[in-house]
Amino acid sequence: MGRPIRFLLDGEVRELADVDPTLTVLNLLRYDLRRTGTKEGCAEGDCGACTVVLGELQGGRVRFRAVNACILFAPMLDGRALFTVESLKRGDGALHPIQRAMVANHGSQCGFCTPGFVMSLYAHQRAEAATDSQTLKDALAGNLCRCTGYGPILAAGQAMGLDPDARLTDALAVELAAIQPVESLEFEHRGRRFLAPRTLAGFAAAVEANPDATILAGGTDVGLWVTKQHRALPTVISINEVAELRRIDDLGESLRVGAGVRYAEAVEPLADLHPEFGALLRRLGGLQVRNLGTVCGNVANGSPIGDTPPALIAAGATLVLRKGQTTRSLPLEDYFLAYGKQDRRLGEFVEAVIVPRIASSRVFRIYKLSKRFDQDISAVCAGISVGVADGRVTDARIAFGGMAATPKRALATEAALTGKSWTEATVRAAAEALAQDFQPIDDMRASAAYRLKAAQNLLLRAWLESAGAAPVRALDAKAVARA
Amino acid sequence: MPDAGDALRTLSAVHSAIAHDSAEKHVSGEALYIDDLPEPAGLLHLFVGQSTRAHARVTRLDLSVVRGAPGVVCVLTAADVPGKNDIGPVQNDEPLLPEGVVRFVGQPLFAVAAESLPKARAAAALAVIEYEDLPPLLTIEAAQAANSLIEDSQTMRLGDARAAIAAAPHTISGRLVIGGQDHFYLEGQVALVIPGEDGDLHVWSSTQHPTETQHLIARCLGLSDHSVVVEIRRMGGAFGGKETQSVQYAALAALTAQKTGRPAKIRLDRDDDMVMTGKRHAFIANWQVGFGDDGRLAGAAFDLASRCGHSADLSIAINDRAMFHCDNAYALPAAQIVSHRLRTNTVSDTAFRGFGGPQGMMAIERAMEAIAWRLGKDPLDVRLANLYGVAGDRTPYGQTVTDAVIFEIMTELEASSDYRARRQAVAAWNAENTILKRGISLTPVKFGISFTANHLNQAGALVHVYADGSIQLNHGGTEMGQGLNIKVAQVVAHEFQVPLDRVKITATRTDKVPNTSATAASSGSDLNGMAAQAACHVIKQRLIDFAAREFDCAPTAVVFAPDGVTAGETRLSFTELVRRAYFNRISLSSTGFYRTPEIHYDRAKHHGRPFYYFAYGAACSEVVIDTLTGENKVTRVDILHDCGRSLNPAVDAGQIEGGFIQGMGWLTTEELVFDDLGRLRTHAPSTYKIPAAGDRPDAFNLSLWQGGENREATIHRSKAVGEPPLMLAISVFSALTDAVASVADHRFLPSLDAPATPERILMAVDDVRRRAEAGA
Repeated sequence: MGRPIRFLLDGEVRELADVDPTLTVLNLLRYDLRRTGTKEGCAEGDCGACTVVLGELQGGRVRFRAVNACILFAPMLDGRALFTVESLKRGDGALHPIQRAMVANHGSQCGFCTPGFVMSLYAHQRAEAATDSQTLKDALAGNLCRCTGYGPILAAGQAMGLDPDARLTDALAVELAAIQPVESLEFEHRGRRFLAPRTLAGFAAAVEANPDATILAGGTDVGLWVTKQHRALPTVISINEVAELRRIDDLGESLRVGAGVRYAEAVEPLADLHPEFGALLRRLGGLQVRNLGTVCGNVANGSPIGDTPPALIAAGATLVLRKGQTTRSLPLEDYFLAYGKQDRRLGEFVEAVIVPRIASSRVFRIYKLSKRFDQDISAVCAGISVGVADGRVTDARIAFGGMAATPKRALATEAALTGKSWTEATVRAAAEALAQDFQPIDDMRASAAYRLKAAQNLLLRAWLESAGAAPVRALDAKAVARA
Repeated sequence: MPDAGDALRTLSAVHSAIAHDSAEKHVSGEALYIDDLPEPAGLLHLFVGQSTRAHARVTRLDLSVVRGAPGVVCVLTAADVPGKNDIGPVQNDEPLLPEGVVRFVGQPLFAVAAESLPKARAAAALAVIEYEDLPPLLTIEAAQAANSLIEDSQTMRLGDARAAIAAAPHTISGRLVIGGQDHFYLEGQVALVIPGEDGDLHVWSSTQHPTETQHLIARCLGLSDHSVVVEIRRMGGAFGGKETQSVQYAALAALTAQKTGRPAKIRLDRDDDMVMTGKRHAFIANWQVGFGDDGRLAGAAFDLASRCGHSADLSIAINDRAMFHCDNAYALPAAQIVSHRLRTNTVSDTAFRGFGGPQGMMAIERAMEAIAWRLGKDPLDVRLANLYGVAGDRTPYGQTVTDAVIFEIMTELEASSDYRARRQAVAAWNAENTILKRGISLTPVKFGISFTANHLNQAGALVHVYADGSIQLNHGGTEMGQGLNIKVAQVVAHEFQVPLDRVKITATRTDKVPNTSATAASSGSDLNGMAAQAACHVIKQRLIDFAAREFDCAPTAVVFAPDGVTAGETRLSFTELVRRAYFNRISLSSTGFYRTPEIHYDRAKHHGRPFYYFAYGAACSEVVIDTLTGENKVTRVDILHDCGRSLNPAVDAGQIEGGFIQGMGWLTTEELVFDDLGRLRTHAPSTYKIPAAGDRPDAFNLSLWQGGENREATIHRSKAVGEPPLMLAISVFSALTDAVASVADHRFLPSLDAPATPERILMAVDDVRRRAEAGA
C-alpha cells in the first residue's frame, strides 16, 4: 500500500485508498459516492453522458477540461479537482446559470444526457471559450442527445454567459497546489498494481522493470479494455505525471511531441505546422477524448484505423522509442509491422513523435472519410504530401489508414507520381496504382470497393484543391456557404 | 433573478410554452432514473447469457460451474419459469428463456444473479454451451425465398390499381431498400424488483407499457396481475424501444426476486442492449406508378417486405401501419398494397417512432421524384398536384380524409422557405460545379392518429384534490422525455384554474391506474389528457354543486378563474372552496376515463376508419454532396408542422426538431450492419452513428402552423406530435436523391437506398454516371 489518491471535490480534499486501479470515475461516483447525476450511456467515451470536468494545475494556472468519467480510471484524479453536475449547485440551492439557460431554452427532454451536456458547457465556460455555433458544436461533438436535435442545447450554450466563478479560480489554484503530489502514486490492490512515476527516468525504469505492464496515457483506448472487454490489467504504469513527456518542443525544423501530450494540447502547435493537422485533430473523437487521449498513444497502439498515423507518415514523422536509458528513432511507417504488431521491444515505450515542418510549396492534404463527420472512426484516412517543382512531382509521400492491416504508405502510387507532371492525367493514372498498394477489406465502416474508390478520388481531390478549382469538399462549411 | 423556469411554473394555461416539468431536475442531475435509486440491502445483480448463434439447437447447456462461481446466488433457465414461459405481446411465440432452440444471436439463454454485476458477468462467461447449428434466415430475401412469415401476407386494395397503371400514359417502377434503426435511447434497459409479502412484487421498469409488463410478469411467474405493481417515474428515452422490449429484463429480475426472495436489478450495458433488443424494421419496397402528362397519379402498387426477426412482437401492427402510409399525403385513385412480414433469425424488430409509417412513406416519395423527372417538372409541383384535398379524399383503406390541410401547409412553406428561388440557385450551382452537387426537396407528412388495434384507444387517470388545495395527478401515460406529464398537468391546472405548481406529477403505477395502454402511437396527451380532464370534470362538478348549495346560487354562477372561484356574490380562493368542501364531506378524488370515439376497422378487409384524425407537416431540406467521396451535409432545413392548437408549443417544437433529427439519422448515418453469421457489428456508438450536434444545420427554421386546429374534439383541439415529425426527414433523403440525380441532369432515377451513407451516395452517383455514359 502506498499513499492514497488525493483529489478535490466540491472544495474538499478526498482521499481514496485501497481501490482497484482500473475503477472508473463513473463507477466511483455512481456506486461508491452515490453521486448519480453522472450517467452511463455507452461506457466507451462516445456519448458523453458521463462527462465530468477536471481542474488541473498547469504552470500555476488551472486548466479545465471535460472528460469521460466512464473510461477515466480513479488514480487519474490524483492531484486534480473533480467537478460533477452536483458541484454546480449554488450556495443558496439555486441553479447555475448554465443550468438556467438549459431550462429556459428547453434543452432537456428525457434528461439522461443532460448532465453531460451541462458539464461540457461548464468546461467550455470556465475555459472562456467562444460561444459561436461552430465552436459550440466542436465542444459538444462528444455529447450525444437522442431527443432534442441539439438546437435548444446550442441555444443554451450561446445564452449561458460568462463564468460566474472566475474569481474563485485563483483560490482553486492554491487548493490544487496544496495537493500536488511530492511522491509518486504507487499502490497495489488485490494483486493489481498502479504506478505513476513523476520523472522520465523513473517511468523508463518502471516500464523496463515491468515489460508486461500496460502503459496508460489518456485511457481512451485502454479504458475500453476494461469497460468493454472486461480485462483485468495486472500492472498499469501511467505516463500522465511525467512532466518531461508532457511537452511539445519546437526544434526549428520540426516539432517534438512528447508521449504525454494530449490531442487537445497538440491541436494548435500542429495546426501551426500545417492547418490540415488542426482540421484533422478537431475531428478526432469528441473533445472529451481529445482532452485525455494522446497523439503518441494513437500511434503506439498500432490501430489500422488510427487517425493520426497516415497524416504523420505523409509528413515524414519520426518516432522516438526509449528503453531505460537508451533511445532509438525510426521512420513512423516502419513502426507498424503487421496487424496488432508494432516494432516496440519488451520494456520499450514511445517517448515522442517528431513531426517536420511542411514546406509551404508542398501539396499537403489530410482527408478523413467517415459515416458521420464529427466524432467518428475513419473508414479511410489519407495523408498526402507531394513536392511539386516547375510543374513536376519531385517526391511524394502518401499514406492511408483503413486500407490495410496497418497504416501504410502507397509506394506504387508514389512511384507513379514521382517525376511526372502534376496534372489530372498523372493523378488519375497514379490513382489506378492504389489498387496495387492496397486490398482493403469490407467491414461495418465501409466496403472494400468504397474504400478503394474513395481513396482514388481523394488523390484527385488533392490535385483539384492544389489546382485551386471551385470548392470540392462538401463538409467544408465555409466553402459551401460562400456559394 | 427570476428565470424562465420560475416564471413559467406559475402559469397554468394550456397552449403556453412551459418548460418540461423535470427540466430543473434534469439539468441538476437530481432527476432519478431507475439505476439512480438507492440500492436496497441484499440486492442481486443480473447478467444475461446470450446465444452466440443465429439459429441452433442447444445440445448442451452446462451451468454447473456458473452456479459455483464466486458470488453467484441463482442461475435461471427456461426450467425455472413457473408460469407460462412466454413474453410475446400479441402472439405466444417469444419465450422468456428458450427451451432447446435459439433463434437469434443475442437471445437471452440464461441469467445469472450474483452479489455484484462483475461477479454475475464473470460467472456467465463460465457456461459450457454446445450448439448444433440450424440453417439461419438472416435477410428479407432469404426469408422470402423460404416463405418464412410471421403471418399471411396482407393486401389492401382501392379499385383496380394494376389496370389503372396499365392504362396510364406513363408508368415507372422502382425498388427501394430501407435500413432499420436502433433506438439508441441514452438510458439502456433497466429494471429493479423488490419482493413484498404474499409473493407480491414491486417492479421499477424503464417501460412505456407498465400494464403489459405487469401482465406478462404475472403470467410468467404464475401470479395474478394484482400481485404485481409496476412503477415508472421517467425513462431516459424510449422511442418505442421500451414498449415491449423492456419486458424481458423486468421479467428476469422479477423471476430472480421470486426465486430468491431478494431484490434484483438488471441493467444492460450499451453493447448488450443493442445486440439483444429489437429495432426499427428494415424494408424492401417495390413500387409501380401510372400517371398522366400532368403528373397526376392514375394508380399505384406497392409490395412491401419487412424483416420482423424471430418473433411477431408488434410486427403485425407495424406492417399494417406501413400499408396505411404508402399513400403518405397523396390521394391514389387506385391502389394495391401488398405486405409481407418475414420471420428471420435476427432480433425481433419492434416499435420505433412512426411504427412502420416512415418505411411505408418512402416509396411514394421516390415515385414523386421519378414522375417529376420523367416529365421535366419540379417534384414539388407533382407533389402538390397529388395531395389529399387537391386530388381526392379517399384513402386506400376506405377512410375519407376530411381534415386535409397539407396543401395549405406545403404552399405556405414553399413561400417561407423561398423554395422556388432556391431551386433555381441549386440548379445554377449544379450547372457550374462538377464535384459538389446540391439538392433540395420539400416533402409532406400525413400521419394517422390512433392505435390501429382499436381496444388500445382508451386511457385512465386518477386525480386527488387534497384538503389544502394541492392536487395530485396520476394517469396511465409514461414519461420518456416527450413532455406528456407537463401537458397533462397543464390540462388539470386549466380545469381548476390554479397555478401549475399546485399540480403534483407522480410516477406512473399500475396500482393507481389499471389496464392502461402503452404510451405509444403519439397518443399520450390525446388519451391521457382527456382522461385527466374527465377526472377533473367529476371533481369540479361536485365542487360546483357544493358551492351552489353553500352560497345559494345557480350552478352556472359558479366560475373558476385564476384569481379564485366566484359563486354568485361570493368570491373565495380555490383552496378555501376545497377546504369547505372537505368539511362538508364532498369527495375530492376521482378517476377519469376516455375512449377515442368514431374509429373502427375491419382488418380482414383492410377497410374502415382506423384513424380519428391526421397530423400534417412539411419540411424543406437542402443538402450538398461530394461526388468524389459521397460525403454530404444538410445545409438548411425549414419546417412547418401542424400541432393543432398546441397544448405546449415549446414541448411540441422540441418533439418536431428532435423527431426530424432522429429521422435524419435513420436516413443518413445510422447503419445497422449484420454479418453473415447474423451478428450485429454496429452495437455501440463507436460504430453506430446517430446525429451529433454538428449535423444540425445552423439554418434550421421551425414553425408551428398557425392555422392549426384539430377538427375533432381532442384535448383542447391539439394534435398528436410524437411521431409525425420524424417523417419530415424524408425531405433530407429526397434532397440527397435530387443531388445525386443532378449529376446527369435528372435524366436517370438514382438507385440510392437508405441509409444514404457516404458510401451509398458515391455508389449511386457512379451508377447514374455509368448509365448516363451508356445512354449517351
